[in-house]
Amino acid sequence: MPAASKAPLRSADRFRRLARVYGMLCRNSFIREMNFKVNFVLWLVVELLWFALQLTFIAVIYQHTERIATWSKYEVILLVGASHFIQQIFSAFFLNNCVNLSELVRTGRLDFLLLLPVNTRFLVSFKQLDPGAFINAASAVGVMVYAARQLALVPGLHEILGFLLLCGAGVLVHYSLMFLLATVSFYTVRVSVIISTYYHLFTVARIPLDAFSPGPFKAVFTYAIPMALVANVPAATLVGKLSHPWYPLLLVAVAGMLVAASEWAWRRAVRSYTSASS
Amino acid sequence: MRKYWHVIHIALQNTLVYRVNFLFRAVFGLVPLMATIYLWRAVFASNPDRAEVAGYTLATMTSYYLLTTVVDALTAVAEDDWQIAADIRDGRISQFLLKPIDYLTYRLCLFGAGRLVYTLTAALPVLLFILLQRRHFLLPPDGATFGVFLLSTVMTALLQFFTSYTMALLAFWLLEISTFVFILFAFEYVAGGHLFPLDILPPALARVLDLTPFPYQLYFPVSVYLGRVTGPELWRGLAIQAGWVLASYVLARWVWRRGIRHYAAVGG
Repeated sequence: MPAASKAPLRSADRFRRLARVYGMLCRNSFIREMNFKVNFVLWLVVELLWFALQLTFIAVIYQHTERIATWSKYEVILLVGASHFIQQIFSAFFLNNCVNLSELVRTGRLDFLLLLPVNTRFLVSFKQLDPGAFINAASAVGVMVYAARQLALVPGLHEILGFLLLCGAGVLVHYSLMFLLATVSFYTVRVSVIISTYYHLFTVARIPLDAFSPGPFKAVFTYAIPMALVANVPAATLVGKLSHPWYPLLLVAVAGMLVAASEWAWRRAVRSYTSASS
Repeated sequence: MRKYWHVIHIALQNTLVYRVNFLFRAVFGLVPLMATIYLWRAVFASNPDRAEVAGYTLATMTSYYLLTTVVDALTAVAEDDWQIAADIRDGRISQFLLKPIDYLTYRLCLFGAGRLVYTLTAALPVLLFILLQRRHFLLPPDGATFGVFLLSTVMTALLQFFTSYTMALLAFWLLEISTFVFILFAFEYVAGGHLFPLDILPPALARVLDLTPFPYQLYFPVSVYLGRVTGPELWRGLAIQAGWVLASYVLARWVWRRGIRHYAAVGG
């Protein structure tokens, strides 16, 4: 949105400017968090506790079975770790912002952001950073490293890069889906409950893809709401047990389509935005 | 007594406004349930030579998770604790101190009305889902067992309510209680049997958990329904559950009295 600029900025300048804006936003987020230090630590405890619960569940199941649909214990732990990692990186950057979007629309405070000389989607998406989520993501990395060692897995540099790239696609899937949902709040306020129940869907990401028997459930969560791919594809690629070699391509393609869809929905929604309250 | 009927009446009308939200929540709640059922199906499929895994058949295990969903819809505290904490923080409870109305009973009426509306809204998607899973859904062994299950479910609801009520009263002393609520919820989630039935744990661990009130917040009524607790063990369990209900009630009353002494009626 080049509202305030007289001459079109070169893309390098634009990027530098966005980076500077982002730096400021991050600084603000840190200052905000540090105002409530006890709360910050307690939320870390809550997240760690819930992560530990998921791992306990897996440990308890494997007391009674050797495999779940060809997946061994530490393979599933790696999957749960990957799922948590992706979810936390998504939370660090986007979760609060997506939740806040419906609030911005409801109260009409979006007006203020629309007037600023910065791309509005950029502002809306990156306004608040959640630094605690990086600590939680680190705990997930710890669990993944532990699981990889138990599996005697020593990934090379390009394998790790590929894994991170697929995780990035997973983060994009979460972000685009959630943003898509949030844009619905331009038309109805009912959507806030869908957003608040979105985390229910994370459960699907933690379950080995092969455990889902073919059917509508699997189809929906592979192609429409690709929760079943988000963590499964990076984890299975790393462990070397992809059931189809085209799964990584599918994840990247689906992520790209969701990004495009969310951008389209966002543009339409903003066009029909009639400020509230003023 | 009549004034509380009025409270229930008004609360029913107020909660009916949220029925679409309730419907969404119930439908979205089925996704993790289905995912968990698929996970267990895969476990049973990976052990084709065994009829039982951890003492459960596939049908008992599926029924276990379906029943936790039903009991949860009937008994789980949804918004009540946040509302109570907000009432205290914003000084809105002052009016209850002046009126001839008991705040705990008032809140219990709201909770009951909320659960009634939620259950009625969730009934359609949940029953449809159970119908889809009917090959793996067990009926209770007999009518008497079902009666005891209902009794135990009522006690579960009371226990859930009194615990959450007490937790929310922490707002007398603390500005922000949500982290404490989530930490307690995490313990409830695993030790109450939301995540998995407690008798698949190593026996020593299951015995330790049985000393806490958590299993009586969900696991106990479900295992009554499935006929896994019978005879003297059943009566012993019911007595312990009743004991926990009473204890949580006394605690709630006691914390309230302490809190009121501390209460500064901010903003009220």
